[in-house]
Amino acid sequence: MSIKVSLPGVLAKLTDGQNTLDADGSTVAQVVSDLAARYPGLGPRLQNADGEPYEFVTIYLNEEDIRLAGGFEAAVSAGDELTVVPAVAGG
Amino acid sequence: MTTAVLKNVRALPLVCTNCAEQFDATTSAICDSCLAPLEPLYAKDRRLPSREELRERTRSIWRYGEWLPIEGEPSDSNEVGFTPLFEVPRLAESLGVGRAWIKNDSVSAPSLSFKDRVVAVALNAARALGLDTLGCASTGNLANAVAAQAARAGLPSWIFIPEDLEKGKVVGTSICGANLVRVRGHYDHVNRLCAQVADRFGWGVVNVNLRSYYGEGSKTLAFEIADQLNWRLPDAVVAPMAGGSLVTKLHNGFGEFISAGLVYGNLPRIFGAQAARCSPIVNLLETGESHVTPVIPNTIARSIAIGNPADGVKAARVLEGSGGWGAAVSDREIVTGIRLLASTTGVFTETAGGVTVAATQELVRQGRLGPRDEVVLCITGNGFKTIEAVEKGVGDSPIVNPRLDEVEELVASR
Repeated sequence: MSIKVSLPGVLAKLTDGQNTLDADGSTVAQVVSDLAARYPGLGPRLQNADGEPYEFVTIYLNEEDIRLAGGFEAAVSAGDELTVVPAVAGG
Repeated sequence: MTTAVLKNVRALPLVCTNCAEQFDATTSAICDSCLAPLEPLYAKDRRLPSREELRERTRSIWRYGEWLPIEGEPSDSNEVGFTPLFEVPRLAESLGVGRAWIKNDSVSAPSLSFKDRVVAVALNAARALGLDTLGCASTGNLANAVAAQAARAGLPSWIFIPEDLEKGKVVGTSICGANLVRVRGHYDHVNRLCAQVADRFGWGVVNVNLRSYYGEGSKTLAFEIADQLNWRLPDAVVAPMAGGSLVTKLHNGFGEFISAGLVYGNLPRIFGAQAARCSPIVNLLETGESHVTPVIPNTIARSIAIGNPADGVKAARVLEGSGGWGAAVSDREIVTGIRLLASTTGVFTETAGGVTVAATQELVRQGRLGPRDEVVLCITGNGFKTIEAVEKGVGDSPIVNPRLDEVEELVASR
């Protein structure tokens, strides 16, 4: 099933210049694995060596921070959108 | 969009806080390689001024230029900073601490909050990098600061806020001519959108792609506290926490002045204050977990209602490492804190200031602060911006006819 993934501009150099990608998986972790397999440089930017998310990178599933929805184990389905953004400060 | 780079102001290079890769001065606050935050790279061998030299300088944040990420003459916002610090014995007595001072950023120029400090630094970085449009994601005070300083500098600004902020903060932003955009959702939605906006448009979004420079402005609160206490450090400092950056920068600022041999005393214990209905950093302290668990904010303290604090882990480590701690207080306690500050010091603060005062009370109750402590409370914003929070309880003043006997009756009844 196709999940749309939006990446920050600095990662586009790892994905042949694309900021938006389609990926497969039924959890966030599976989507990340799919992307990591297709773009080897991207994997370590989205998860650490233990396969955990970084504290300074936030991933949203549609409008919700995945940490509020089960983290990497959050379920995704066709048509969902994941947005990867660096964590930024307050205001 | 860029303009010619000004020759007389330069932004420092940056270094990754995770992998240590170095970058020339840039409009990005994250590492190309690992996405971790960047911070300014100060020359270790730079000459630092003495106390006497500092005292001769302008009374603004730029007095401490060697510790700010801008080199050369600042092009804009030269007057920001140097807000009053004064002792408040009546408040100290009410709180039950030995001595207390207010660092009163509720009268910061030009926009009545400590955000003037960070924006002044970010604006000069933007100039140095040749940017011609400013932006921010804001809970209100930052919106006011960006709108005001961009207007004075003659730069357009794009400002994104949650749709339902307090009226004073909305009007105070619009009046400066900013492009103000209200976003459906809470601050964390706004923040996410602005990360994408910064990527897409290349504006200088002060707390996103200029964040490495912006954050350093908060250190000037620590520098001024030390300077205004005649180079003697207080035992403890209490400050509100939203994204968590302020308490870490206070800690850094005091540490840098100790390293420079400018101050007497030990590193102050740093205490962080949050609203109970949005307290992810206090939760982190109390649970001892290693990662922030985001919360959905639901508090009257809108200016610090950030459920997903980017610097939360760092802030919790700094508080604990300094010997300080954090406290979270209810909305009712926040209003009581605002009233206590006003009725004992004459300073009318916004909700975040009420959080700081009420959290200090709570920390005294917990025995973490007490009669032996000399404490500085950072009052970071102005009460006239958040009238909604307190107006209910003060709207019932008596109305009399212009007759002396009616006043006599009133006075006798009190």
